[in-house]
Amino acid sequence: MKPLLLWSDVLIYLLVFSLCAFFLRLRRDPQIREYWRQVFSTRVGMVTMTIILVYVGIALLDSLHFRRALEPVAGSPHGEVFYGSKVSSVLDVMMDGMGERFEATYSAPFALDSFEKQDMKDDAGHTYRGFPPLEHAGHHLSNAEERWADVLAKSATALMWGVLFSVLLIGPQWFFLRRSPFPWSASWVTQGVVICLSVWLVSISRYYHVLGTDLGGADVAYQSIKGIRTGVLLGTLATLIMLPIAVSLGVMAGYFKGWVDDAVQYLYTTLSSIPGILLIAASVLLFQVYIDLHPDFFSVGLEKADARFLALCFILGVTSWSSLCRLIRAETLKISQLGYVQAAHAFGVSHQRILMRHILPNVTHIILITFVLDFSALVLAEAVLSYIGVGIDPNMASWGNMINGARSELSREPVVWWTLSGAFFFMFVLVLAANLFSDLVRDAFDPRSGAGRSAT
Amino acid sequence: MLAYIVRRLFYAIPILIGVNLLTFILFFVVNSPDDMAVSQLGHKYVTPEAVQAWKRKNGYDLPLFFNSQERGGDALTETIFFTKSVKLFAFDFGRSESGRDITTDVSTRMWPSLAVALPTFVVGIWVNICVALMVVMFHATRLDRWAVFVFVGLMSISSLFYIIGGQYLVAKTWKLVPISGFNGDIQPWKFLLLPVLVGVIGGIGSGARWYRTLFLEEANQDYVRTARAKGASELRILFRHILPNALIPILTGVVIVIPTLFMGGLLIESFFGIPGLGSYMLDAINSQDFAIVRSMVFLGSILYIVGLILTDISYTWADPRLRLN
Repeated sequence: MKPLLLWSDVLIYLLVFSLCAFFLRLRRDPQIREYWRQVFSTRVGMVTMTIILVYVGIALLDSLHFRRALEPVAGSPHGEVFYGSKVSSVLDVMMDGMGERFEATYSAPFALDSFEKQDMKDDAGHTYRGFPPLEHAGHHLSNAEERWADVLAKSATALMWGVLFSVLLIGPQWFFLRRSPFPWSASWVTQGVVICLSVWLVSISRYYHVLGTDLGGADVAYQSIKGIRTGVLLGTLATLIMLPIAVSLGVMAGYFKGWVDDAVQYLYTTLSSIPGILLIAASVLLFQVYIDLHPDFFSVGLEKADARFLALCFILGVTSWSSLCRLIRAETLKISQLGYVQAAHAFGVSHQRILMRHILPNVTHIILITFVLDFSALVLAEAVLSYIGVGIDPNMASWGNMINGARSELSREPVVWWTLSGAFFFMFVLVLAANLFSDLVRDAFDPRSGAGRSAT
Repeated sequence: MLAYIVRRLFYAIPILIGVNLLTFILFFVVNSPDDMAVSQLGHKYVTPEAVQAWKRKNGYDLPLFFNSQERGGDALTETIFFTKSVKLFAFDFGRSESGRDITTDVSTRMWPSLAVALPTFVVGIWVNICVALMVVMFHATRLDRWAVFVFVGLMSISSLFYIIGGQYLVAKTWKLVPISGFNGDIQPWKFLLLPVLVGVIGGIGSGARWYRTLFLEEANQDYVRTARAKGASELRILFRHILPNALIPILTGVVIVIPTLFMGGLLIESFFGIPGLGSYMLDAINSQDFAIVRSMVFLGSILYIVGLILTDISYTWADPRLRLN
């Protein structure tokens, strides 16, 4: 095995690391600790945070890439090892080869036969039209009638393992956290459900395609899970690129006023006046032209996809900073009128120090709220962009690509519903969790916005 | 008032120049016309002669900013910058790379876009206000909390799902309306019903949630407490006191999108086969027709700026405290 580092892998680990550092730093502030306590003292906060962490964890596991060594060819010189061009991740190993069980084409969830008729030969050698049996489903069954009983029996076994794993993982948490004032039980229930579901999915997938297969015969459940990394990465990376631009320009405009303010306002008005989707599409197309003209930059196909992905994150980041910048500018304008900033001026504190010590800490709540809110918006935008054809590279698993490939499937007869459902479901859970969580964060950090919620 | 509008129009000019420069840099400096020609003609096996011919046909064979071979004013006008970018200010969009006149295309395709977008906009606001009012009536009850949860759930569903699901359910299973298509003469409402419905339902989540917050903000004002103290019924307070006052921020908030209604919706139009500007843009993106994309960027920003000006005017109209200067 040989590890393969993609740029996005490096970035996502750096990003998670710096986010953790950021939160640890925030913890020092008692006021902010109080806000977080408010977020996590609700059951919704606990559940949504758990779900978001599960998604992020899957994305991190899926970001450890390697290439498998090929079997040594007879007669080749000693000691030389060749590596396959197929890139796997730790997640692929954990899913126990779910992504390697390809069929010829569509098959329904838990089906034994292919979805489309094909010419087949019977024992006597006569050709007839029929549904060929799937390559990787139900081979252990003696006849097709046993299927549902078998699924039930296998599910029961898997569920027992799931419960066992849950007890093993949740038990220690219970032991250490049972006296904690936070509603940990909500998180534990979520963890238990997630663990049971994933154990069930992996073990049943050895015998059946739980969500069927798509046009190319790939397992839909596997594809949907692989889409997690793309969604999570896009949401975080694009915001990360946008934050420094928005924050620095916004704070400077609000603090220095005068021509700096005019220039920043002019910049973001100009940028936001261009229809966002057109600007993104144009930039992506231009980058695509660039990649096409320089094919020799990338050794593996996935690296090319990765470059396009990073470019998309960059473009999304650069085109979407205007709204955050506007918010931060307004807040800074307000803060710099306050007494303690005026006092700092009077004491002769330098601009740089005032910005870092007095202004920046007081706009962090806006940054935080925007980060969580934009995350869900970006995950949704990815699907639309991929549909338009300016999104993720088709070689990279993503929900948008799945939806794009399946757009005409509902008009088939009989209907192929599982590809769309798989992609929409995994996307919906992530976006819903992020949206609910961002609501809580906003209510805690920005009491004005939730004015109506707690008032009678 | 007129002086104010004129002044705002003058403010808009530097923004438009900025948009123009930005698109010019994006389309001609980042990628040279040669790159575009190679990509348009198919990536490999392109001869330099073919590239030159393509550039000449589309008018890209001029220098970028300064043409030293021409004399006088022509040195500035016979350039890509002048012919492709400056002329946009006169709404001269030129020809698309497939040779069609963009200005004609835009003026014919604008109306189908508007036919979908305008009803969606009007019905959408009306439905959102009704839903939000209903939720506000049950404020601080369990129903209210669940309604907010449902709004967030609706917001979390991809817009693609609404469109695909709507087409499947209404057009394919129930066979109530055609799946897609557009006809301006024979029963146009039949083709418009589903796109409008999908657009309205897709917007309920975020719209109703936002209006609910606006209503609740008004509900916490002093005049509402006064009305309640004087014995006005809750329904009267809601409809006679809160609603008219909350309508002001709602209306001033939505004014900005009115001009952009002409641009239509990218997704709705392409799924429902409506020959509007949205599907025009999508086709241009897919066929990498940069001339159309450039014109639409410019048109879109003009409409956005008009929206900004309309918003400012509506603020001053709604709130007499904000004087025009």
